[in-house]
Amino acid sequence: MSDTLNSEPVIKIENLFIAYEPGHYAVNDVSAVIKRNSITAIMGPSGCGKSTLLRALNRLHELYPDIETKGEILLDGQSIFSMSVIDLRRKVGMVFQRPNPFPNMTIYENVVAGFSLNDIRLKKSQRDEIVENALKSVTLWDEVKEFLYRKGTFLSGGQQQRLCVARAIAFNPEVLLLDEPTSALDPVATSKIEDLLVELKKQYTLVLVTHNMSQAARISDESMFMYLGELVEAGRTETLFTNPKDKRTEAYLTGKFG
Amino acid sequence: MQIELKDNIKRRNRTNGRFRYLIIAGAAVTVIPIFLIVGNLALKGYRQINIAFFTEPAPDTFQAMTAASSGEIIPGGIANGLTGSLLMVLAASLLAIPLGLMTGIYLYENREKRYAGIIRSLTEILQGVPSIILGIIAYIWVVKNITRGYSALAGSVALTIMMLPLIIRSTEETMLMIPTTIREAAFALGVPYYKMIYKILIPVSFSGLATGVLLALSRILGETAPLMLTALGSPSISFDITKPVSAVPLLIWDFYNDPNMVNLVWSASLFLMVFVLSMNLLSRRIASKRKYI
Repeated sequence: MSDTLNSEPVIKIENLFIAYEPGHYAVNDVSAVIKRNSITAIMGPSGCGKSTLLRALNRLHELYPDIETKGEILLDGQSIFSMSVIDLRRKVGMVFQRPNPFPNMTIYENVVAGFSLNDIRLKKSQRDEIVENALKSVTLWDEVKEFLYRKGTFLSGGQQQRLCVARAIAFNPEVLLLDEPTSALDPVATSKIEDLLVELKKQYTLVLVTHNMSQAARISDESMFMYLGELVEAGRTETLFTNPKDKRTEAYLTGKFG
Repeated sequence: MQIELKDNIKRRNRTNGRFRYLIIAGAAVTVIPIFLIVGNLALKGYRQINIAFFTEPAPDTFQAMTAASSGEIIPGGIANGLTGSLLMVLAASLLAIPLGLMTGIYLYENREKRYAGIIRSLTEILQGVPSIILGIIAYIWVVKNITRGYSALAGSVALTIMMLPLIIRSTEETMLMIPTTIREAAFALGVPYYKMIYKILIPVSFSGLATGVLLALSRILGETAPLMLTALGSPSISFDITKPVSAVPLLIWDFYNDPNMVNLVWSASLFLMVFVLSMNLLSRRIASKRKYI
């Protein structure tokens, strides 16, 4: 874990404000850095703005014209707002709260959906390779290799979620955003996903929104604690959990609210 | 205070039982006409249904009279109606399906917008417009100004306007069932908006969309009133969209007006009924088979 201590930031968030309606900031003046090849957990009670912050990192808010975003987010030193959305989202993949494989596609098609939906033509052999590698990375290959041509929705919830991770990493992104990826899963499936995330940080930078403190403590290297839209505290997970500087962090960690 | 419940319960059970029978009887009364209609049409109409019924145009009065008076099967069939219906329904579909899908998707994508709200209300009003009025509108637009005479095109326009609200509504309702997270998954992969629509939204909701279209089709197949003012009818088989054509329901009306052709009323009605019924069944099948959401 010590290697993450000195690692360079991949994402730099500078004075970010996000409002769903004018004047009401769901994310209020947040500045933070996300370090390479680490898992950064964003914690906080419901409605604190943690998902809102996460969804800013791949500009998903732009789908909803009423949402106002101010501030700067840099990916490898470049402003994400000056990139094309397609490039940005190829570099910053996302996994959602509920497993959402495309219901009209097979397992195979789901993995390469990022390519096919963007009309990126690949040879069959290339596609086969991407599918096999991505499914192996998410430890799903052995479970599904017999029925790659069945619909993705035929899998169990935990398998579907791993399929969604495979779909996101098939693009070989730099950063993977995870919005409470285990909240709809049972404990067994959850622990599989957690193991997977720890494995994946060797190759990718992971940002994990979670309302589950013990999950953050188990797998994250860095933690951020958000409350009412503000970033209250950020730092190494061990430090934040054992020696929180802010009273609000301490109150949350000891279960006084949340 | 103790309340005596015993009698009360007996009475309640009796009322309950009576009410149950009432509901069952009501349900029976509702379905009986359907069986009576199909049975009646089948009994009276089956004799006229043969190959010629589908390949030959309607007979003229004289042919029909000769056959009827000697107790033979009336010669001829409904081929001119079949081709006319086919032509008009096809043209109406070409106009109404893309237009209806696009409007439905627009309404779904912009639910909160004022403009969408106005369109939605107008669509609902359009659905309530009596079909004869749509016929008059198509008459003024197309018959008077475009084809300068009764035409299949005019009929198609009237049928298009009838199909539109049905398709728009079913499209919007089907798409509403797609979880937003599926759309977001596509966007998170960098998929542009228009591709998300035609590669995700439409395929995912395909069965619902197909059901809507088929129901709209079966609705317009039996439409008669607007066609009287637009397509008019024609005794011969024609595929010219600028000329008058016949249609199956128009033929039924013609047959009804000619005492010698009464038997053809039954056969043509039987055919139309069975056809529309099978379309309905087909749409149900599709709905259950390709269901993703």
